[in-house]
Amino acid sequence: MHLTIHHGTLYRYGEAANRVFQALRLWPIPGGGQVIRDWRVEIDGRKLRPTCRDGFGNPAATHVIDGPVASLSIVVHAEVDTQDRHGVLGDAVESLPPLFYLNSTELTAIDPALQALADAQRDTSGGEIAQLHRLCDSVRERVEYRSDSTHVTTSAAEALAHGAGVCQDHAHVLIATARALGFPARYVSGYLCASADGAAASHAWAEIHVSKLGWVGFDATNRICPDERYVRVAVGRDYRDAAPVRGVRHGGLAETLEVRVRIGEGQ
Amino acid sequence: MSDTAVFDEMGWPGETRAPYALVDAWLKSVPHEQLALKRREAEGLFRRIGITFAVYSEGGDPERLIPFDLIPRVLAQAEWQRLKLGLEQRVKALNAFIHDVYHDREILRAGRVPEQLVINNSQFRPEMAGFDLPGHIYSHIAGIDMVRTGPDQYYVLEDNCRTPSGVSYMVENREVMLRLFPDLFRRASVAPVAHYPDELLETLRSVPPPNCRGEPTVVLLTPGIHNSAYYEHAFLADEMGIELVEGEDLLVQGDVCYMRTTRGLARVDVIYRRIDDDYIDPLVFNPNSMLGVPGLYFAYRAGNVNLTNAIGAGIADDKAVYIHVPEMVRFYLGEEPLLSNVPTWDCRLPEDLKYVLAHLDELVVKAVHGSGGYGMLVGPHATQAQLAEFAALLRARPHDYIAQPTLALSTVPTFVENGIAPRHVDLRPFVLSGGDRIRIVPGGLTRVALREGSLVVNSSQGGGTKDTWVLEG
Repeated sequence: MHLTIHHGTLYRYGEAANRVFQALRLWPIPGGGQVIRDWRVEIDGRKLRPTCRDGFGNPAATHVIDGPVASLSIVVHAEVDTQDRHGVLGDAVESLPPLFYLNSTELTAIDPALQALADAQRDTSGGEIAQLHRLCDSVRERVEYRSDSTHVTTSAAEALAHGAGVCQDHAHVLIATARALGFPARYVSGYLCASADGAAASHAWAEIHVSKLGWVGFDATNRICPDERYVRVAVGRDYRDAAPVRGVRHGGLAETLEVRVRIGEGQ
Repeated sequence: MSDTAVFDEMGWPGETRAPYALVDAWLKSVPHEQLALKRREAEGLFRRIGITFAVYSEGGDPERLIPFDLIPRVLAQAEWQRLKLGLEQRVKALNAFIHDVYHDREILRAGRVPEQLVINNSQFRPEMAGFDLPGHIYSHIAGIDMVRTGPDQYYVLEDNCRTPSGVSYMVENREVMLRLFPDLFRRASVAPVAHYPDELLETLRSVPPPNCRGEPTVVLLTPGIHNSAYYEHAFLADEMGIELVEGEDLLVQGDVCYMRTTRGLARVDVIYRRIDDDYIDPLVFNPNSMLGVPGLYFAYRAGNVNLTNAIGAGIADDKAVYIHVPEMVRFYLGEEPLLSNVPTWDCRLPEDLKYVLAHLDELVVKAVHGSGGYGMLVGPHATQAQLAEFAALLRARPHDYIAQPTLALSTVPTFVENGIAPRHVDLRPFVLSGGDRIRIVPGGLTRVALREGSLVVNSSQGGGTKDTWVLEG
């Protein structure tokens, strides 16, 4: 499938910031059968290329804008050919062993409720994939999709207690519970072309390491394994590792965000 | 090992050992009143230099002086040469290990070090995976803590691969001794240590980042004046003639690191950083850190700046990983280790834990991630209450502890309240690994447990220091 991504983010600062510093993970990590035809990232119209890879293998770059900064725009424009692999990653070159992704983090720390959710899916009948689909379903049943109900620092435990969240929270809860069952699990940030009318969004899901297939994607929000409508961008233990944008700024009150993402099929 | 006799390095109370001939003669000729006078003079000198040490979680003078003992600790040249070869070998293996765990992990694949111990260790930094460093060196400045139990028995107690401190005492102790006892140094041929800062600077210059053009610009990054080792940071920067900077003095732009100067921005190539991994870059590590520099990690990965010591070097000085260092020497260098480890029980292993709990009153128990003598039990010197407390800790969190036999640490004559008496010592040599070669200034920092019978030499626990002499020729 040929996907066209147009992802624009506009940051506005209530009071001009003196300096804005950002680290971007907005370029696709190799693997997963994606063929990148074109991939451009522009900051206020200026092209930015990745200058390094982080430890997870994600291409990255930083930029700094000296103030006063009233607003800042980041645009990603990409053309990608994808294929449906039923979530199986297969070809990726990994810098870290699967065992590493058993390590929990602040955002994915286990608590009694998460442990109970995991323990309820210890039945391995039908194999690991079937078990993980059941886990995925149970996560989705316990965490309702509700936009703006959580924020970027919400942990898996908090999202489960809250009973609502967005794709980031679904991914965190699935990662925490999969690890509790002994499966290495990680966070993926990327894009999803969700419906025929072209409405789409930045998205997040999980990848879980199973013994026979290696890394397999699981999208708890949509209760499926990623198919040809998904574009992988960055991976890590949790949102913090794979965040498309992490920033610090000096001054500048009340940062607000406007995000416009269009992903279309074909051209 | 606890029941063997204590080895006194001067030979007390028997015959004086050869390296101490001069010191012995000196001690016999100098009246104690004069030593007391010199001690006060030394304290005055240290106060004037400003060499103090902030001690954590303790009341009293926050700018306390570490007590300095006037009587030097002496090593013969031949003794030192043996140690030196062992230190070079050990640090080579440690650097090879760190490179390996962040690349192909061959030692883990070969099953020579447990994979889980490394990969699921909080000191393992995924941010370093697959990243090639200049010369493949991670611990450019390593402090190896050694103890001695006999004429030819040395043990490595622990490896400090992150930001070992104390080298300023090594240099200043000699400086003060030279001023107080110039005659002594005319009669003995003692290897100098004053050039340590030059050796350090050469080491730092020998590991420029790949994108450095010309002579590298080196700076020392400190967390600031509230850090317990700030004096040392200022001292080393001053001695090397490089800038002492804090996070806010540096700026990363276009993944290149610059320092702000009165004449604008100046590119920085090598940073001798004395701040912990977690504080280096708020965009990657602790997001609330005010000490680091936003983007520094990306400049590092882009090959535009080098950090000494490297991020993630701590994986080699974890106290449970320590157990495997002799195996690292065999695996990477194909040699037998010249320096011995202290036999160590790993409390995560049920068999070991059982032994440790049954012999708690004979052993030294240490927290795996502890340092500075905190979170430590010396069994033979512990009260029943302390033993019970540690037994409970061990049962609750066995993964956090290791145990070792109580070694009969060697003693060296020390000037104490009631005259001259033997006190237990250790030794921290500083090993500098550059892109060109390894440099070690002869000797190191000798720490002395000033309380009679005490085996804890940490300055935070009432330890002092001595000048360390390596005799030439």
